[in-house]
Amino acid sequence: MKKSRFSFKRFKAIMMKEFIQVKRDPISLKLPFIMPIVMMLLFGYAVNTDVENIPTAVFDQCKTEDSSQFIEKFADSKYFIITENVDNEAQLADLVDSGKVKAGLIIPANYSEQIKNKVNAEIQLVIDGTDPTTARTALSSGLLIMREYSQKYTAEKLIKYGITAEKLPGISLKTNVWYNPDLENTRFTIPGLVGLILQNITIMLTAFALVREKERSTIEQLIVTPIKPSELILGKLIPYIVIGYTGFLFALGICVWFFKVNVAGSLGLLLLLGFLFVFCSLSIGMLISTFAKNQMQAMIVMVFVLLPSILLSGFIFPRDAMPKVIGFIGYFIPLTYFLDIIRGVMLKGIGLKYLWQDSLALLLFTIVILFIATKRFRKSLD
Amino acid sequence: MDYAIHVENLTKRFGSFTAVDNISFSIPKGTIFGFLGPNGSGKSTTIRMLCGVLHPTSGSALIMGRDVAKETEAVRQGLGYMSQRFSLYEDLTVEENLDFYAGVYGLSKKVTADRKKELIAMANLTGKEKSLAGTLSGGWKQRLALGCALIHKPKLLILDEPTAGVDPVSRRVFWEIIHELARQGITILVTTHYMDEAESCDTVGFILDGKLINIASPQELIAQEGAKNLEDIFIKYVEKATNQKINSTFNSLNFLKGEDDAL
Repeated sequence: MKKSRFSFKRFKAIMMKEFIQVKRDPISLKLPFIMPIVMMLLFGYAVNTDVENIPTAVFDQCKTEDSSQFIEKFADSKYFIITENVDNEAQLADLVDSGKVKAGLIIPANYSEQIKNKVNAEIQLVIDGTDPTTARTALSSGLLIMREYSQKYTAEKLIKYGITAEKLPGISLKTNVWYNPDLENTRFTIPGLVGLILQNITIMLTAFALVREKERSTIEQLIVTPIKPSELILGKLIPYIVIGYTGFLFALGICVWFFKVNVAGSLGLLLLLGFLFVFCSLSIGMLISTFAKNQMQAMIVMVFVLLPSILLSGFIFPRDAMPKVIGFIGYFIPLTYFLDIIRGVMLKGIGLKYLWQDSLALLLFTIVILFIATKRFRKSLD
Repeated sequence: MDYAIHVENLTKRFGSFTAVDNISFSIPKGTIFGFLGPNGSGKSTTIRMLCGVLHPTSGSALIMGRDVAKETEAVRQGLGYMSQRFSLYEDLTVEENLDFYAGVYGLSKKVTADRKKELIAMANLTGKEKSLAGTLSGGWKQRLALGCALIHKPKLLILDEPTAGVDPVSRRVFWEIIHELARQGITILVTTHYMDEAESCDTVGFILDGKLINIASPQELIAQEGAKNLEDIFIKYVEKATNQKINSTFNSLNFLKGEDDAL
C-alpha cells in the first residue's frame, strides 16, 4: 500500500463534522455541565459519612442532679440529640426496634450513691448496630464523652484531697490532623468526584461517538474514502477532548467556589495532569467502541468499566482496607492514580516530587491503552 | 483495451466458506455493469474487494489500471461508492453532508462551492440545502447520497442496491441520472434486484454461490437462454444451482386451512 502523508484538510473535515454533530446533540452539549452539578450535589450531600445528631433515648432511673448533669454532657455534644425520655427498658427496646432512636442511655438508680461512695459507677449505652457507620460514631463519641467526664470528675475529687493533675505522672497524646483538620468528608469526596466526573463524561461520549458511526453504517462509507485512520481518529476525538476538559474545569469550579475546597498545591500541575487523564479516558472510550457494535452494547461494557472504577479506585472506600487481591486490581484502574494526584494536589498541596510515580503510571496507562485502542480501531476499519 | 474494472481469478474465503470463488471479468470504460445475484451470493463481498475494504484471498482486481491491493488510496480517490443503506449523516444538513465529503477528498473551497451547486441541482434538492438529511424522504436521501459519492468527480461509481426501498418515480429519475453519468464517461457498477433496471445496463453478470455464472449484454443473454426476460433467466439459474423448482411450499401450511376448531 502506498503511504501518503497526514492530510490536514481531511482531518479538519472530520473534526468540523464532529463539532456540528456535537452541537446538534443536546445531551453531549449539556453533559459536561449537568453531570458535575447532579453528581456533586448527590455525592456532596447524600454520601456523607459524618454522622451527627444521633437520636437518643434516655432511661434515667436515678433522676438526681448528678445524673442530669451527665445527660446534659451527652446532649451538648453534636453527636447525640436526646429525643425521648423513657421509664423502663421495654420502652427503650421498643424505640430502638422501631428505629425512632439509634442509641439509648441507661443510668442506674444508684448512680448518685455509687459516685458518692467512691464506687465505679456503671452507665450503659445501647447502640443500634444495623448501620455500622452510625454505630461506630455513637460508640466512639459515647466513649469519649464518658471518659472526659469521668476524668474531670476524678480531677475535681482529687483537688479536694490537695492533689492536682499536674502532680500526677501521666502520658497525654497530642493529636494533630493535617490537611483536613475537621475530618470533613466533603474535602475527601469532592476532589475525587472531579476525577470521576471527568472520566465518566469522556469515556461515555467517546464510546458513543465512535459506535454511532458503526451503528448507522456511515463508517462503511468513510472506509472507501482516502481517509487515513490517524486522521479519522484524531479528527473525531478532538471535540470530545474539548467537552471532557470543559466538564473537568466546570467540576473543579464547583469544587472550589461552592464546596470551598481550595487547591492547596499548584493549579497548573493539576490542569496539566487533568489533561493527561482526559486523554487516558478517551482511549478507554475508544477501546470500548472497538468491542461494541451498537450504543446498547457500549452502555453494557461501560458499566463493567465504570463500576469497578468507583468501587476499587479508592473513590469511596479506602484501598488500605481492601483484601490484597482486590486492592491489587485497583492498580489497573487509571482513576486510582488520578485520585492520588488530585487529592494530593488539592488537599495536601504536594507536587511532582511526591506524585511522580502516580503521574508516570497514568502516562504509561494512557500510552498503552491508546496504543491498543488505535490498533484495534484500525483493525475494525480494515 | 483499457478497462475500468479488470478482475482476474478473484477469490475470497472466510475460513472454510468461499464467498467469492475464482471470478474474472472486465468492464470497459463508460459502460454500466449490472451485477446480479440472490442475497448472499457474493456481490457485496466482490464490491468490498474492489473498494479495497476487504483483501482478496487470491487473484487481483485492477481499477483504472491500478491494483487495488497495492495502490488502495489512489484507487479510492477515483472511486465513488454508495453503500446499501444510504449512509448519510442524518444530523447534518444537505450542504454539510456534501461539504464533509468534499473535505474528505481534499477539494478546495472554490471547487466545492461550484460542484455543490451543480449536485444540489442534479439531486433536485434546491431549497433544501439547510434541511437535515434525516428529514428527507427516501428518494431525496438516495440522490443526496449519490451527490456525496460524486463530489470528487470519480471515474468509477459503485452503487450497492441504490434503489432498494425507493418509490417508482424516484427510481426512474435516479436511472436517468445514471445513464447521463455514463454518457459523460463515468463507468458504473450497480447491483440491483429489479430486472427492469438490469435490462437497461450495457452488461450484466450473474453471480451465484460466489461463482460468476454468465456475463453478457442483456439482449445476448435473453437470446442465448431463449428466455422471455432477465427475470426468467435469474430464476432458471437459481433453480439449476439449487436443483429444485422455485415454488412456494405454502400447501404444507395445513394450519391455515380448514375450520378454526382450536378457537
